[in-house]
Amino acid sequence: MDPSTAFYVISLIKILLVFAVLMTTLAYLQWVERKVIAHIQVRPGPYFVGPHGLLQPLADVIKLITKEDLLPPYVNKPLYLAAPFIAVSMALLSISVIPFGPEIDVFGYHTYMQLTDLNIGVLFVLAVSSVGVYGVALAGWSSNNKYALLGALRSSAQMISYELPLSLAIAAPLLISNTLSLRKLVETQGGNPAHAGTLWDWNLFHGWQWIGFIVFLIAAFAETNRIPFDLAEAENELVAGFHTEYSSMKFAAFFMAEYANMITVSAMAVLLFLGGWVAPWPAEYGSGLVPVAVFALAGLVAIYHGLHPARRMDRFSLPVVGVIFLMIAAAFLAPFTQSWLLPLFWFCAKTGAILFAFIWVRGTLPRFRYDQLMGFAWKYLFPVAVVNLLLTGLVVALVG
Amino acid sequence: MDVILFLIFAAIALVAAVNVVVQSHPISSAISLIGVMGSLAVLYLLLGAEFIAAAQVIVYAGAVMVLFLFVIMLLNAGTEARQSKSETAHLLGVPALVVFALLLVYFIHQQPESGVHFGGFTGGSAQAVGRALFTTYLLPFEVTSVLILIAIIGAIVLARKEI
Repeated sequence: MDPSTAFYVISLIKILLVFAVLMTTLAYLQWVERKVIAHIQVRPGPYFVGPHGLLQPLADVIKLITKEDLLPPYVNKPLYLAAPFIAVSMALLSISVIPFGPEIDVFGYHTYMQLTDLNIGVLFVLAVSSVGVYGVALAGWSSNNKYALLGALRSSAQMISYELPLSLAIAAPLLISNTLSLRKLVETQGGNPAHAGTLWDWNLFHGWQWIGFIVFLIAAFAETNRIPFDLAEAENELVAGFHTEYSSMKFAAFFMAEYANMITVSAMAVLLFLGGWVAPWPAEYGSGLVPVAVFALAGLVAIYHGLHPARRMDRFSLPVVGVIFLMIAAAFLAPFTQSWLLPLFWFCAKTGAILFAFIWVRGTLPRFRYDQLMGFAWKYLFPVAVVNLLLTGLVVALVG
Repeated sequence: MDVILFLIFAAIALVAAVNVVVQSHPISSAISLIGVMGSLAVLYLLLGAEFIAAAQVIVYAGAVMVLFLFVIMLLNAGTEARQSKSETAHLLGVPALVVFALLLVYFIHQQPESGVHFGGFTGGSAQAVGRALFTTYLLPFEVTSVLILIAIIGAIVLARKEI
């Protein structure tokens, strides 16, 4: 195969792979969220569809597809139909510049674990997310429903306001790393293959950058319309907010967009502050054994419970799960799979930790009042982000 | 490839621009304007100005037009009635259009034969734009920032009167 054909084929395979994995993650993120919140509130959560409710996402998808797709007669039809499409396509588009790992070698072809590396990657993500506001705004307006309109207005005002502290918080690590490309950003944080770094190379541990990280996370919660900033869909005031009039798959599209935005924002936090796919300490000192230990332990626990079953079906299902986990652990030791599994593991672990924080906060904090929300953005978050950026710029200019 | 993309997005920009004027509902006009700005961003990208393209989408499509939509939604503006009563527009419209078209053709012919080459320009990265802004164009840049500051203060002063 000549190089250009190989490039197209590899790109196509990567796109299909990333799309399939992303869609599965979106479906199961919702399951994880329901489970985690259920355990925070001391109840079992989804339990009956499949073992521990593991098939619940599938059941939800079937339910949403087969529901009647209502088209209210009083809506602005073209915009009403376009809005969920805009929301979900913009949410999925940002994934295309997120790097999941370093350059790898697949059957002799060198390729990056990333769909494409733009030299303005960070700006691309910001641009796409700022266009994503239209999905929400147009959905609310075209529905011709006062609750939907109020939800959309709240949401767009909130997203515009929180975009400022978000961008300013992003700018500080960019100054430190001196690049706008997401892959180079990770390489400056210890992801350089020639010189593997440690935890202390991450932007989070450069001086006071943890302040910028906290500002980024708070603004990210608002950007994705999550509790405690989910005033766009405050169900006790606005029925369901901007998607009140939507049903069936169009409703599901907004849901998918919200979860995809959560994943993008978490991945951005990991890339900007937490060193992307870089392990907390170099593999020579045993960081490569952490995933092996985690998966092996999980596998052994599953097999132990399979040998001492609490229910009859556990005798068969748990050992199978245990063997799968042990095989994954072995894959982390094999040299061929290790090279791309290890970075992927660290990237997913960090992103997952931030996603867990999103869910944790939802299970813990009450909702803000609207004036508090706006006041908080402009009076506290924005000045903190500006001062952080100015001081970081000063230090970078002085130190070099 | 570049030429095909240019033709597609130039056509989209022109159609959307005409649509801004033709549409009778403010929301439709605003959305057409977003289309114009999006296609302009693609044209910048084709010319190698990737930073300007991203800034175009973030600032114009992402912030300015959202505020436009916001205001239209808050005012709850309905469909505008079409009234063809303007005598001046009827008399002067077509001659003015012809004159402007002739002027445009004249000035394009005046230009030296430089032409635009896709991919010929490489100074569009954030570093290059930043360097140009803070060295060659430092004075205009600072003057603009003062102008924006004045506009912000003016907005606050005007808004305070009504409180």
